Amino acid sequence: MSVDKDTVRRIAKLARIALPEERVEPMEKELNGILAWVAQLEEVDVEGVAPMTSVVAQKLKMRDDVVTDGDQAEAVVANAPMSEDHFFIVPKVVE
Amino acid sequence: MSTPSSLTEFTLADARDAVAAKKISSTELTKAHIAAIEASRSLNAFVTETPDRALEMARASDARIAKGEARPLEGLPLAIKDLFCTKGVRTTAGSNILNNFIPPYESTVSQNLWDVGAVLLGKTNMDEFAMGSSNETSHFGPAINPWRARNSNSNLVPGGSSGGSAAAVSGYLALGATGTDTGGSIRQPAAVAGIVGLKPTYGRCSRWGTVAFASSLDQAGPMARTVRDAAILMRHMASVDPKDSTSVDVPVPDYEATLEGGVKELRVGIPKEYRIDGAPPEIDALWAKGAEWLKAQGAQIVDVSLPHTKYALPAYYIVAPAEASSNLARYDGVRFGLRAKDVRDITDLYEKSRAEGFGAEVKRRILIGTYVLSAGYYDAYYTRAQKVRALILRDFEEAYKHCDVLLTPATPGPAFAVGSQSDDPVAMYLNDVFTVTVNLAGLPGISVPAGLTAEGLPLGLQIIGKAFDEATVLRAGRAIEQAASFTAKPAPWWRAA
Repeated sequence: MSVDKDTVRRIAKLARIALPEERVEPMEKELNGILAWVAQLEEVDVEGVAPMTSVVAQKLKMRDDVVTDGDQAEAVVANAPMSEDHFFIVPKVVE
Repeated sequence: MSTPSSLTEFTLADARDAVAAKKISSTELTKAHIAAIEASRSLNAFVTETPDRALEMARASDARIAKGEARPLEGLPLAIKDLFCTKGVRTTAGSNILNNFIPPYESTVSQNLWDVGAVLLGKTNMDEFAMGSSNETSHFGPAINPWRARNSNSNLVPGGSSGGSAAAVSGYLALGATGTDTGGSIRQPAAVAGIVGLKPTYGRCSRWGTVAFASSLDQAGPMARTVRDAAILMRHMASVDPKDSTSVDVPVPDYEATLEGGVKELRVGIPKEYRIDGAPPEIDALWAKGAEWLKAQGAQIVDVSLPHTKYALPAYYIVAPAEASSNLARYDGVRFGLRAKDVRDITDLYEKSRAEGFGAEVKRRILIGTYVLSAGYYDAYYTRAQKVRALILRDFEEAYKHCDVLLTPATPGPAFAVGSQSDDPVAMYLNDVFTVTVNLAGLPGISVPAGLTAEGLPLGLQIIGKAFDEATVLRAGRAIEQAASFTAKPAPWWRAA
């Protein structure tokens, strides 16, 4: 399997990474180089093999459903590029 | 205990004993390391130096020692990979997108080290988001390997992604350092920089507060100049943590106490699939020597097979980018990190912030990950890779019916020149051919310096163990270290006069 230029544009859009038009072709080549190399996995007989979901067999831990942290509004927005009154500022999304 | 001519040449164990015995103070020890760091900026090992905090912590340590309240790592200066969040100290993950990120919290691994008295010297350089094998994808420029080939002035890479930590420890700028290892990022740089690097079993260390790359593979571990030092650091980095549900609740043993137990009757597996075409003959020769060393100390050498080894790297380059594309979705230019200016709307904000903030390798991996997880391709790529991963783990389980540990080369070659492998992503990925299987199977592995190439560059051997059997891995690593008696040091060409 390989990607074409339209697929490169589509996945860049899905990944929300602006890709200038002049980068589409080089990226197509780079991705296809990697995809051609990972294609050797098609040789492996995986019939009846369950996909790995966890390397260490352990039951997912549960904890009590209680508040363990909070009142951290100042810390939460401390690294925000733009914020006001503990809200994040974004471009207008609703007309 | 041996006392070196310079305070920076102490091993961590000897420094610990000297500080505890009040032969040296933490302040003296810390000042010596700060001076070494300042004189070694040409190595670009640190992204952020924290001399003021280091001295403050050292003074507090000296006060505790005076009161007789010393803790296990009291007053010992360490370097922390810039992937571990440090409260109030900028944490970049080697990325422009986190250029100004100052965490309001501390990673569990680093907190564990401060809780036993360690001192923070600074944050070390690394490949961006730990994606790389040479430290060249760092936004802050490559860290440089203290080692150079004989009669050469070319700068070599320190490996990656924990390249700054490797350079700092190898260049005597810190007694030890933390690293993280997703596909080989502790063991590969350790090997090419002539130091020891241990990746523990997945779940041994908490991942909380460590910037995420590929969550099912990422593990923190120590980088140090001796196996003993790695054993000491490992014990204090590891913990079960309510903040990481994948951290495992198994007791953390005193690895140092069992270190000298020897390898008598230990069954050491030699996996034939780790002999690869095109590897320099020195790699095979060193591997054979390693087996002889262990045999001479009473180990039993067993030939084993790990038939799916060749599929590990391709499987990794599906699983890791897939997880990375999900983890890195959080960088949106809104809540933290870089935000693009002059944007039309919210989508434009996301797309431009991420385009400006991420480097080329990170973008490549996010796009690969997005593609393999997209509708119609998920089963062909991701599910298949996770099945292959299950087969790789099964290979190890079969092998461990016949042996207790495995001995392999650590890398397919020594350190290479800066810029020499950056044009071909797949060629760069092959640097992790001997280390990546261990991450896919969640197992512990250590790289120990074992010899020099004809050009005088360090090479490492790797010991791979059973899950949660770091004690045996360290014991076998110690046996290699003893037999190799690796005493070579890089000439300090980088030191400012």
